[in-house]
Parts: sequence; C-alpha cells; structure tokens
Amino acid sequence: METIDIARLKSGEVNLGTSIMAVQFDGGVVVGADSRTTTGSYIANRVTDKLTHVHDRIYCCRSGSAADTQAIADIVHYYLQIHTQTTGSAPSVHTAATMFQKLCYDNKDALSAGIIVAGWDKEVGPSVYNIPLGGGLFRQPWAIGGSGSTYVYGYCDATYKEGWGRDETVEFVKNTLALAMSRDGSSGGVIRMCVITEDKVERLFIPGDQLPKFWQGKEVLGTDIKKDADLAAAVAMAVDA
Amino acid sequence: MATASVYKGAGFDFTNEVRNTFLTERGIPLPKATSTGTTIVGCLFKDGIILGADTRATEGPIVADKNCEKIHYITDNIRCCGAGTAADTEFTTALISSNMELHALSTGRKPRVVTAMTMLKQMLFRYQGHIGAALVLGGVDATGPQLFTIHPHGSTDKLPYVTMGSGSLAAMAVFEAKWQPNMEREDALELVCAAISAGIFNDLGSGSNVDACVITASHTEMLRNFVKPNERVQKERSYQFRRGTTAVKKEEIRSLVVEEDITHLTSAGRGAAEGEAMDTS
Repeated sequence: METIDIARLKSGEVNLGTSIMAVQFDGGVVVGADSRTTTGSYIANRVTDKLTHVHDRIYCCRSGSAADTQAIADIVHYYLQIHTQTTGSAPSVHTAATMFQKLCYDNKDALSAGIIVAGWDKEVGPSVYNIPLGGGLFRQPWAIGGSGSTYVYGYCDATYKEGWGRDETVEFVKNTLALAMSRDGSSGGVIRMCVITEDKVERLFIPGDQLPKFWQGKEVLGTDIKKDADLAAAVAMAVDA
Repeated sequence: MATASVYKGAGFDFTNEVRNTFLTERGIPLPKATSTGTTIVGCLFKDGIILGADTRATEGPIVADKNCEKIHYITDNIRCCGAGTAADTEFTTALISSNMELHALSTGRKPRVVTAMTMLKQMLFRYQGHIGAALVLGGVDATGPQLFTIHPHGSTDKLPYVTMGSGSLAAMAVFEAKWQPNMEREDALELVCAAISAGIFNDLGSGSNVDACVITASHTEMLRNFVKPNERVQKERSYQFRRGTTAVKKEEIRSLVVEEDITHLTSAGRGAAEGEAMDTS
C-alpha cells in the first residue's frame, strides 16, 4: 500500500528546521522563533524572520517548507485584507487560524507546513492556535512547534504557569527557544520575538552571542588537573574493558 | 495517420515520459540539460546593489558556453542573476521582465523590486520546483535598494548579501569574512569579484570570467567581463600543417552559381494575373 509521507520535503527544497512558539498572557501574546533556514546541511539564511505579519495584531510562526509556508502566509494575508475591507473591522485570530487550517488541511498531501497563529482581537483578547502537519486546529494557552520543539516539551510542561505578566512570558519564550536551539541542529542563529497587545506590536531581538546559557559541561570537563587525571583514568579503564 | 497539432494546451506536456522510462530502463539515460553550474552573488553597499556572476555554462561535465551572460535584465533599475537550468532562468526572467513592463505602464509608476520578487516566487511555487531557477534579484526603486534570493521551490529571503549556485559556499565564505555595512563602491566591487573568483577557482561548475552589475538610484552599469582571470595563453608553437602534407589524388571543380532559364507564362495568363493584382485606383 502506498503511504504518502507528508512530513518529507522534496529534494532541494528549503527547510525551516526550526523552533517556534507562542504563549498567551493577560494582555496579549508573545510569539518567538529561531532564525535558521537550511537546504540539506547548508544554512541558506542564518537570520530568517519566521514571524510573519498577516494582520495588524495577528502573526504566524512558520515551520516546515519555506516555500509552502511563505505561499500560505501570503494567501492568508491577502484574504485577511479583503476580509477587513468587506467587514469593516479587524478579523479575529480565530478567523485567521481557520483560513490557515483550511489551506493546510485541503492541500495536506502537497504541503509540508506546521504553523502557529497567535494574536490579539477585541472579542476574545489574546489567543494561540496550533496547526500541525495534518491540518488540525488546536487552541492552546501556549504552543511549541518545529523540529526543535521536541527537545523542550519537558521544560515547557515543568515551567509554564498561568497568570504570568508580559516580562515573565518573554523570559519563558526566550529560555525555551535557547534550549531548543542548543540541542537541535536545524535551529539556531538569533532569537526573534514579537509581543502583541491591544496597543502595539513590539519586536524583540536577541543576537546569537547573547542567548541565555544553560549547562555547558564545565563541571565534567573542568580545568582542575586532579579531576582531569581521574577522568583520564576512568576513560582509559572504559576503553580497555 | 493524422499529424499531431503543434499547438498543445497550456502547461507541461508529459507524453514523452513513457518513452523516457523505457529508454532509461534499457540503460540509455536522459541527456543532461544545460546547467549554469554557477556562482552568483549580490551585495548591498552604500549607494545601492552590486550583482556578480561567473560565465561558465555546463552540460554535464562539458563546458557548453565559456562566456555566457547570467545577469539578466528585468527593468532599467532591476537585474536578476540566474543559477540552475539555463533555459529555465533565461525564460523565467524574460517573462517576468515583460510582465514588469506591462505592470509599470498599467500602474504609471516606476517598477519595484518586490513586485518582480512576488511574480517570480508565485510562478516558481506554482510549478512546485520543476522549473530549476535559483535567482538573485536586486535593484534600486522608490523604497530604496533591495536584494532578494529566490529558490526553485518558491521561497525567498531578503538579505544584505547573498550567494547562489554550486559555487555559493565558496563565495559566501568570502562575504562572511569581509562584508561590512555601507561599503564604498570600489570596496564592494572588489568584494564581489573576490567572491566570484572564489567560486571560479574552487568550484568545477563555475569558471571563465567575472561579470558585475552596479545598480544605484541614478543609473545601472553593466560591467560585462569585468575581470578575465582565465584568458587563453598563446600556444607555444604553431600547429599548422604545411601545404602538401596530405597528397591530393583527384580534383573536381563545381560551380555553385545556379544557372536559371526563366520561361514566362503566356500573355493571356499574365494578363489574368495582372487583373487579379490589387486595384489601387
């Protein structure tokens, strides 16, 4: 029986390896992403902006095929502009998310796109919608996606708390992305974040050399000579065994 | 047997697939399309954009064209370098150039780089990567200098310096080491030449000469064969054979001037012909 591997990119296609996330807080949402785009093992763009504007207070995070997600985001951006003109008011995040979902689901065999839609609207306030590969739509208080997300599910589950303010949410997003980027080969570069509230969209940027640092391994590979000798002996024993 | 019409419907025609798979199974591979192998680059400097390209076109391992032009015209202030399948880059850029001129006439405004970028990416995405065109699009318009890279599947990146093609890694290494923001024209041009030269000398798919194109707000300057680091040296001796090396066994001279006898038709026939001639009174 033929199986359609929708998760596989066509050869030569540009891949948004990626770590993306969006978290809802009291006054808005914080969306964040890494900045690496790869073609095979070559990094085609090390400063990509994966946080795409689709409306004044609605952004989407793109993962999967760069071509597919750019095309989808352009289409939704276009339809939301028409929607704004015909209805006379800003669209809700749910409307935008449903447009994304329709495209992703109806074309699921031809697309490789994992998208997180997040923003603020008047009816509901802040919201986050996750649209993984198959084209399902899931509203969540926080969502992570992309190849790097698998490494940080544990960290997010353990750390997330409801009722955070803007600064704590930004810290959470920053730390999560830094951890994902340090473990996932397809994620890296800089961290880009957007804080979307009723009043404005604030863009934040953290350069690659200022990423939060976690365990780097100094306790094991330290400069203490005695410790090194013990380690060398231990390694030698392991090799002989 | 009725002859097939040469006017097919729109889009690609896959009727040769059966024949091709048949041949491939019997050990006769598809002929390789002419590829531009290539090193193409673009970089932003103080006054605008500089695009660069090598000039080798390959057909598998053979160099098909030693001095081809890879910097294509889109509009007066926008140019596009093309890597990948030569025919695809040639025709894609020509189509978008034509559409851009129509668009400019229709809007009454000077054309913008993002317009060309959107037309190119939407077309390439529609063909799902089957059009093998990897492009570096650059120009200066009313919103300032812009530089984009467009991959065959339709994804785009907007960057201050870009490289594409088989020599892109060699060229990118040079850019990453030496690019600065707000460079002067001479420095930027030198950098672009260094990047293309890196591709020419370190990548088998790139070679021959360096083409450059400097685009500023006021004018565009095409520097064809700006650097020629691979000129053919003079041969050490003359390899001419002296006359008489090959013995002549027979000589036959034919005149290629055709002798014609023209027989006019009868007067009646001629009169009828004249009568059918256009009446211009």
